[in-house]
Amino acid sequence: MHLWAFGLSALRSATTGGRRYHVWMGTLTLIMLVGAYAYSLQLRHGLGVTGLSDHVSWGLYISNFTFLVGLAAAAMMLVLPAYILHDVDFSRAVLMAEAVAVSALVMCLSFVVVDIGNPLGGWHLLPGIGYLNWPRSLLAWDVLVLNGYLAINLAIPFYILYSRYCGRAPDKRKYLPWMYLAVMWAVSIHLVTAFLLAGLPARPFWNTALLGPRFLASAFTAGPAFVILLLSFIKRETSYPIAEGAFTKLALITTVAAQINFVMLGSELFYKFYSPTLHGINARYLFFGVHGHHALVPWIWTAIGLGAAATLALMIHPIRRNPRYLAIACAALFVGIWVEKGIGLVVPGFVPSPLGELVEYTPSLVELGVTAGIWALGMFVLTVLVRVALPIELGQVRSPYLDDTPAAPIVRPRSSRVAARDTGPVRTR
Amino acid sequence: MSDARLTDPAVDAADATLLQKRVDRRRALGILLGGAAVATQAAAACSPVAPLSDEEREVKLLAWREYIKGNYRFMTEAERAETIARLERIAKVKRGVDVRIQSTGAQPGVEFGYAFNISKCKGFRSCVQACINENNLDRRAATQYIRIFEMENGVVDLEEADATFQHEVPAEGHFYMGTQCFQCANPPCVKVCPVGATWQEPDGITVIDYDWCIGCRYCMAACPYWARRFNWSEPEVPVDQLNPNQHYLGNRARKTGVVEKCTFCIHRTRQGRLPACAEACPTGARVFGNLLDPDSEIRWVLANKKVFRLKEDLNTEPRFWYFTD
Repeated sequence: MHLWAFGLSALRSATTGGRRYHVWMGTLTLIMLVGAYAYSLQLRHGLGVTGLSDHVSWGLYISNFTFLVGLAAAAMMLVLPAYILHDVDFSRAVLMAEAVAVSALVMCLSFVVVDIGNPLGGWHLLPGIGYLNWPRSLLAWDVLVLNGYLAINLAIPFYILYSRYCGRAPDKRKYLPWMYLAVMWAVSIHLVTAFLLAGLPARPFWNTALLGPRFLASAFTAGPAFVILLLSFIKRETSYPIAEGAFTKLALITTVAAQINFVMLGSELFYKFYSPTLHGINARYLFFGVHGHHALVPWIWTAIGLGAAATLALMIHPIRRNPRYLAIACAALFVGIWVEKGIGLVVPGFVPSPLGELVEYTPSLVELGVTAGIWALGMFVLTVLVRVALPIELGQVRSPYLDDTPAAPIVRPRSSRVAARDTGPVRTR
Repeated sequence: MSDARLTDPAVDAADATLLQKRVDRRRALGILLGGAAVATQAAAACSPVAPLSDEEREVKLLAWREYIKGNYRFMTEAERAETIARLERIAKVKRGVDVRIQSTGAQPGVEFGYAFNISKCKGFRSCVQACINENNLDRRAATQYIRIFEMENGVVDLEEADATFQHEVPAEGHFYMGTQCFQCANPPCVKVCPVGATWQEPDGITVIDYDWCIGCRYCMAACPYWARRFNWSEPEVPVDQLNPNQHYLGNRARKTGVVEKCTFCIHRTRQGRLPACAEACPTGARVFGNLLDPDSEIRWVLANKKVFRLKEDLNTEPRFWYFTD
């Protein structure tokens, strides 16, 4: 009874809103449709419509996948202090962070699906009717941990929100053990994804012990940075109370993680360039270009420039405490890490090939369309989740079957304009 | 060499019982879903909109049965015969060709090995052409399993080598070195496959079940010798150039979105013939044989020549050696 009402009211929350909300959702839907069309082309003609080749066999899709796994994992960075260390400042931010995790996971799984050449054979992965090569294949591990993480991150917020909706206080004994599990699981999804690449001696560019820790550091930079952007938007547009302390702490986490990330990048560069070996050629291709091929050079230096500038800026207290500068720095970090850990990590692993052949990679229009479509899907999911969660958290929406239904506030001055979006620096005015 | 093999009879037996169960479950599912498919098709046949010819209907049903079949490695002999009959029938109906698909298993006491004489290779690439014809490689994408690298005398460095040379060979001051799948005894590509669609046969050949592969391309990233190829689009082989002598794990028709590789011409070598590349080589640079046969030529080369393998440091134990005269 409550469940049915919950579903209906969630649907109502997600479909009602102001003009800006509908324009935003409409735009996302349009981009998703473009993506769906691009994917239909890929399904019909094969992955040949992408810029991939036998030489560079993974590209934009897997790049986005590795980056987004980090975003999903980093949401737990907020859960940790909020629920385990009983930090009140954070507790309101956590549901939003879990929404980020869920939408990032939806994008991750979509990127894997579109990268697969024979998606109809997907059932081959199912234990029982298929064959999952676990524990030998790291990709089998990834399938398990990503889906498990998605389940946990859907179940916990659902339980909390549904309890509130039914007018009950969520029972800590019921969800806290799962929260502990989720924190460990968050680390595992990212390490497993790093090991997936690091476990290949064929690709010396990835075959380094530092890759796992580097993945964690960059995730814990980009993740909280994104959450800061989301929260500052929610704070600006709704009456949802988010304590200043949450921002201060998130900004601190972001800054420290960004510093650690740079230390690790420095170690990597030292290892590759102080005594250059033949195995360092992929790094040489990425940072300086090899034999006149340098497609990634401008990308990686832009990314490092953005990251360095933002990290330095965040280290200066007055800048970090200014919401506007903080947002700009966070956006810069987010974009920088997207490049560094996306195409800047995946593509150089393939260029040059293990036999020394230099074939470059440029994504095709179809690939860009599918990628845009999946990002739009992720933002759509995130918007819906935030949109459903906020009124329940604010106490504006309660089950109609409750005996002592507190009258929902009739006037909802600003919350009717709630929308979540990837707030770039432009929108922080 | 043979001690590097990873098969353990006890594990195999346990695997077999487990898989028997798995297969039964799948078969049950197949019957259920197959029934549904037939019903749908019957309905479609009655509909005036899309009248299917008998052959179209047959191919659709065969394609459905093919879709729900299991991994070749775990099929019973009967199931293998059934899928081969279906595949041969599909080739007949769709392309009008009579192909013969073998399921010949590894022969006892056989482990294949290959040696490549760098002094003799002159870069003619007859092996490449023979491989294309023999293995029904995609003509549209110009897929090739074999790479011949041209290098300047004095430098054995693949990075400085040229595999795309287009001039008269042998070029002055250059030598040639061929690569293909080395059929590693410790293959990095096999363990990464999430669905177990690629494995090492008892005679050392690493094979792929093209119908079980999901096309994730993790094996391509894992191979240090760049030996695997992907079907980026529908592979094309003109009917008049098709080699009808095929093997389920070798040169049979591939489809879009799956990985393929050199199998040492499994359809030939398991019947005691040479791989097409070794047979085609006009200079005698290619030596192929049974590593377990002490009188084989390959054993003579290993015993009497100074041999080396590529990227020994990766511990892949290739069954492919290079030597010079």
